[in-house]
Amino acid sequence: MSYEIVSRPHEQNFIDWSKDKPEVLVLTADLTNSCEVGRWRDTYPERYFSMGMAEQNMMGMAAGLAREGFEPWLHTFAVFLYRRPLDQLQMSVAYPSLKVRLVGFLPGILTPGGVTHQAIEDIAVLRAVPNMTILEVGDATEAESVLDVAHAVDGPVYIRALRGEVSRIFPKDEPFIFNTARILSTGSDITLITSGIMTEEALRAIPLLQKRGVGITHLHVSTLKPFTDPIVMKALATAKYGVITMENHSIVGGLGSAVAELMSENGMGVPLKRIGLKDTYAHGASQKYLMTEYGLDAKSLVGVVESLLSKNLDISESELVESRTVSVHSSAKAEAL
Amino acid sequence: MGEAQVNTLNLAEMQRIAKGIRMRVLAHTLSNNGGYMSQACSAAELLAAMYGGVLKLGALDGPINPPPFLGVPMVGTPSVKSYMTGAQFHGAKSADNDRFIISPAHYALVVYAALIETNRLREDGLDFFNKDGSTVEMIGAEHSPGFETTTGSLSQAISQAGGIAIARKIRGESGKTWVFMSDGEFQEGQTWEALQASAFHKLSKLRVIVDVNAGQCDGPMESVMSIEPLADKVKAFGWDVSVVDGHDLAALTAACLKESEKPHMVLCYTDPVRGLPLLNERRPSLHYLRFKSEDEHAKYEHAYAEMVK
Repeated sequence: MSYEIVSRPHEQNFIDWSKDKPEVLVLTADLTNSCEVGRWRDTYPERYFSMGMAEQNMMGMAAGLAREGFEPWLHTFAVFLYRRPLDQLQMSVAYPSLKVRLVGFLPGILTPGGVTHQAIEDIAVLRAVPNMTILEVGDATEAESVLDVAHAVDGPVYIRALRGEVSRIFPKDEPFIFNTARILSTGSDITLITSGIMTEEALRAIPLLQKRGVGITHLHVSTLKPFTDPIVMKALATAKYGVITMENHSIVGGLGSAVAELMSENGMGVPLKRIGLKDTYAHGASQKYLMTEYGLDAKSLVGVVESLLSKNLDISESELVESRTVSVHSSAKAEAL
Repeated sequence: MGEAQVNTLNLAEMQRIAKGIRMRVLAHTLSNNGGYMSQACSAAELLAAMYGGVLKLGALDGPINPPPFLGVPMVGTPSVKSYMTGAQFHGAKSADNDRFIISPAHYALVVYAALIETNRLREDGLDFFNKDGSTVEMIGAEHSPGFETTTGSLSQAISQAGGIAIARKIRGESGKTWVFMSDGEFQEGQTWEALQASAFHKLSKLRVIVDVNAGQCDGPMESVMSIEPLADKVKAFGWDVSVVDGHDLAALTAACLKESEKPHMVLCYTDPVRGLPLLNERRPSLHYLRFKSEDEHAKYEHAYAEMVK
């Protein structure tokens, strides 16, 4: 299995997409090139507003612009969109349900920047904020097509975005569809629901599991709020041994919790195992290292499947290593951070 | 233009409005056994000047009834287009009209009184104050009369107004975007972020008027967290600043109408007991007036009777 690697999927795509949308503005907080909008700024300088390292004010000014009919797209690292300016996000943007787009890059452990840069509870925090829509892209196709999805929402949208070198897992002609999971495989033993970069990681293990005779329904979910997709409901209902969620986020409050809520509200009596950061902060290191350290990898997925089935599937680490296709380091990264 | 407009302003009418604000807020505080009285004393002339002629607002057919609370904005409702905000009390928006964003939402009672005195809110509007199901809320939100944004979490209005000012600049509108602030908000970091960004983006039609009454919830600001020298700080952030006696209507209006190529701030130094010296007995706790005894209530009844004379 090998995927096309797309360099900077947001950069030119966002420029092309914005061309006939004069209401679309970009606001940044000193991370313009790091968020692949440096060329956007040079292309549409009259629609670009540098707000400096001052996210609280950026959030408020975005709200004012949105009230006047503009559609500000805030670009910065995910962590800076909801931690420091949360009150401003809530009272200036979310309460009036304004069309502000929060494009958050390097979610979870994607950044080597350590705890200050790692948005590990953003979904948990923002799921609790009324009026928010939460989207997470899992590949280059979604990084491209999330723009139309967010644009159509009459309210604030938070996007967990990808940048740099991004795999194209889903065909270019199969765009992100709002509140609609992708069915990547079907089987009746286990239902696996993954989001963001965890989908690609899970796909390393799935063929090996299937070879061992494990029937897996695998869904890729890219709309985390609302969480009302009937495809998800149906997949949860078919799981014989249990449900597994896998997310680049804390297991508290994110995808795993959303699935737990659905299962318990609907009386689905199978075990749920949540793969993610186990209520812990992380630290500065490479993505691959952190995924291994915190059990966010294909190997952990195999272990959880084995525990649900109560059997040893005899999948070796070398088999999993062979199925890794993406190099961690890349010249296409905008900056070290 | 500034000079000409000053000459057409009716300072006597503003004085009447200011007196009316103090009386209405005191009457309400007496009947309600509580109210933001010192804010009425300090900001009466400020709001009288704004609503009495400084602001260029759309005319209304007559005073508006405060609508009942109809629900919060939600995704899927075209919130910005049809959601009824309190800005309707400021008349129709237009390119050359001014906008007036209220920041210290706890001044709501004072703002409502000013709207009544200027025939924008129905005479009995305060009867709905803090009543369940009413939009005439104690801490105003964007559905409350005169409010266009939700700013009870202080210092958020200036950023939102800055965004509105950028939008109006993009569209080439001539109207000004005004923000009414209280001095305590200068303790919040966001205020300074907004000042820096407004100067950087050259928002020359952004205006801020501040009630510098030197008091806050915990007491005198100098004992809680001093913000002085405020004018020098704001100037250093790239703004034009005028400092006036906030009860001198001639000075206040002249400062408000000053033309400026920079964003401009009018710091109105005010007296939180002006017009009601009895409040001096409450010092240093002036933030909210609740009567401690029948005797005290009677004293304020007497003060009201004097005011009416």
